[in-house]
Amino acid sequence: MSLTTAHSVVAPSANSKRIAGAIIIAYALISIVPLLWIFATSFKTPPDSIAYPPKILFQPSLEGYCNLFTTRTRQTPEYINSLGPATTFCDETTRKRNMVIAGPSNFLPRFVNSLIIAFGSTFCAVFLGTLSAYGFSRFKVPLADDLLFFILSTRFMPPIAVAIPIYLMYRELGLSDTALGMILLYTAVNVSLAVWLLKGFIDEIPREYEEAAMIDGYTRLQAFWRTVLPQATTGIAATAIFCLIFAWNEYAFAALLTSGTAQTAPPFIPTIIGEGGQDWPAVAAGTTIFLVPILVFTILLRKQLLRGITFGAVRK
Amino acid sequence: MAEIRVQNLRKAFGDFVAVQDSNFVVEDGEFFVMLGPSGCGKTTTLRMIAGLELPTGGQILLGGDDVTMLRARERDIAFVFQLFALYPHMNVRKNIGFPLLAQGMPSAEIRTRVEETAKLLRIDHLLNKSVSGLAGGDRQRVALGRAIVRRPKCFLMDEPLGTLDTEFRDLMVHELRELHNRIRATTVYVTHDQMEAMSMADKIAVMNHGVIEQFGTPREIYDRPATMFVADFIGSPPMNFLGFGGGLAKGAREIVVQGARVAVPEVREDIAPADMALGIRPEHIRFDDASKLRGAIYGTEYLGTTQIVAVETADGFIKARVPAEIRLSTGDHVGLTLSSARLSLFEKGSGRAVRTAIHDVASERRVQHG
Repeated sequence: MSLTTAHSVVAPSANSKRIAGAIIIAYALISIVPLLWIFATSFKTPPDSIAYPPKILFQPSLEGYCNLFTTRTRQTPEYINSLGPATTFCDETTRKRNMVIAGPSNFLPRFVNSLIIAFGSTFCAVFLGTLSAYGFSRFKVPLADDLLFFILSTRFMPPIAVAIPIYLMYRELGLSDTALGMILLYTAVNVSLAVWLLKGFIDEIPREYEEAAMIDGYTRLQAFWRTVLPQATTGIAATAIFCLIFAWNEYAFAALLTSGTAQTAPPFIPTIIGEGGQDWPAVAAGTTIFLVPILVFTILLRKQLLRGITFGAVRK
Repeated sequence: MAEIRVQNLRKAFGDFVAVQDSNFVVEDGEFFVMLGPSGCGKTTTLRMIAGLELPTGGQILLGGDDVTMLRARERDIAFVFQLFALYPHMNVRKNIGFPLLAQGMPSAEIRTRVEETAKLLRIDHLLNKSVSGLAGGDRQRVALGRAIVRRPKCFLMDEPLGTLDTEFRDLMVHELRELHNRIRATTVYVTHDQMEAMSMADKIAVMNHGVIEQFGTPREIYDRPATMFVADFIGSPPMNFLGFGGGLAKGAREIVVQGARVAVPEVREDIAPADMALGIRPEHIRFDDASKLRGAIYGTEYLGTTQIVAVETADGFIKARVPAEIRLSTGDHVGLTLSSARLSLFEKGSGRAVRTAIHDVASERRVQHG
């Protein structure tokens, strides 16, 4: 090394930057390509989607989205010709395949179920988690360490390991295939994560804030609401994202416990394949739409999420 | 504003006794400082007065009302925390107005009160700023503002200058005292810094191991320390102790220390033979070759107008504060003369000061109270 080159302790060398860049690009490709593939497939026609070799460039079509939101029946060309002119884009596309739209599909209600159950359970888990974490952080709870360990221990095995007892229990209680049942289940799974994550955040907030508020004439609940909660927003947001991601993506329990009115999108989307041949564009369209809420939620709260992952590592 | 009366106050956390049977009275409008090393129970006492901790025993009277078991918000007091506890999600104006909001005061009135307070503290130009960008001194002023805006019965402050830079600290000591002179609010101030205590307090309580060792004015505490702990804790460098043995008779005016006769203030009680200590402040020692009390110079610290000289005697080191002009070199043998009128006598076993002409009965009673 020449003497004129300053040796920096903190700045990475050019070589390590290149290596780091290569690793990041490789990882990004591995993670993003499947998503891009799904996104692209959702705009293909069914023949294009199963073409071999796969088509990278293709004429985009909304047929997948039409098929996702409708159910169709096959008809003779004579019958189709006897109908009046097609009124909508989807009508027209369907007729080209010798089919007519029979009615709306179940995708929209299933998607709404997913929204209700995922956001409902996230709200419950974060609400209960915040209150318990505050209690554990601020009060002398008898056996606090044992209780916290017990709460953590509910995560020691995969939740699906208790699928059969829960299935039987839910059948007895009439909670099978209900939104309430699914909200309760996801809340139960997430609340331990919420308590532990939030306790870390609340421990970091000096108790002087509430004490000051309580001396200044507020009740403990008011002090909590006005001084602790505003400072815990980052932690609450990060916890909410983790809970939402779990509840939104959960497949196994949803497949087991919901089949009709309360069915969520994850077990519904694969069933699209069965309707009228292998309709990959419709599946891809369903998946694409399914990704949107979590994407929006995460982008809105990304700063908090980042802080949530690194919390405790650096002092503000 | 109100008087604070603490009677037999006691606090135990399990087996650990944080505060033992404390008694003191903070008179209306007085600036009272609780001084002691960390862990001595001063903050616990303050938190009990505030209602943030409940006592194990005893009573707290605020303006004559028993508030011992009342909730913090029902006591009408203000508290300034060491870390200020300014709400980061509110600006300066909202922080100061926060206690008034709790009282359901109309917003126009809150506005006027906050602005008056800000003007008093000279932070009116900062009202719409976020608290996170403020300098240490200004954060301190905002915290004070939040306390005085409500015009509470008394102010409690827990080491409010502890986190400030030395430079700011001297300024704030001055400002706090000036503020107190203007609004004359009963104040209880906790600190471990004797300079803060001495320069601000009307009365000081010196605490150690949960016990109030002495309660009195800064002058009483400095000139007539009630215990060896107080004598050692107050003063920089602290009081020197020279050991001597034998009892004392009422009326005695002389003791023998290391073979030298030393005149002392008249002893006012009989003391059975025991290990005793003669207490002497560094500034009450002069060098005098005629004296029989002798030692060798060990080292000097030059302080500008004075110098601190460490002298090795037969009974350990003694620190003397002498004028800086005196030329001394290490190893010189010097004689020491002590200012007889300013000497204190202690029983080594209990650490208690012996009653003498300067440790009069009045201060003695106060000690027993404390």
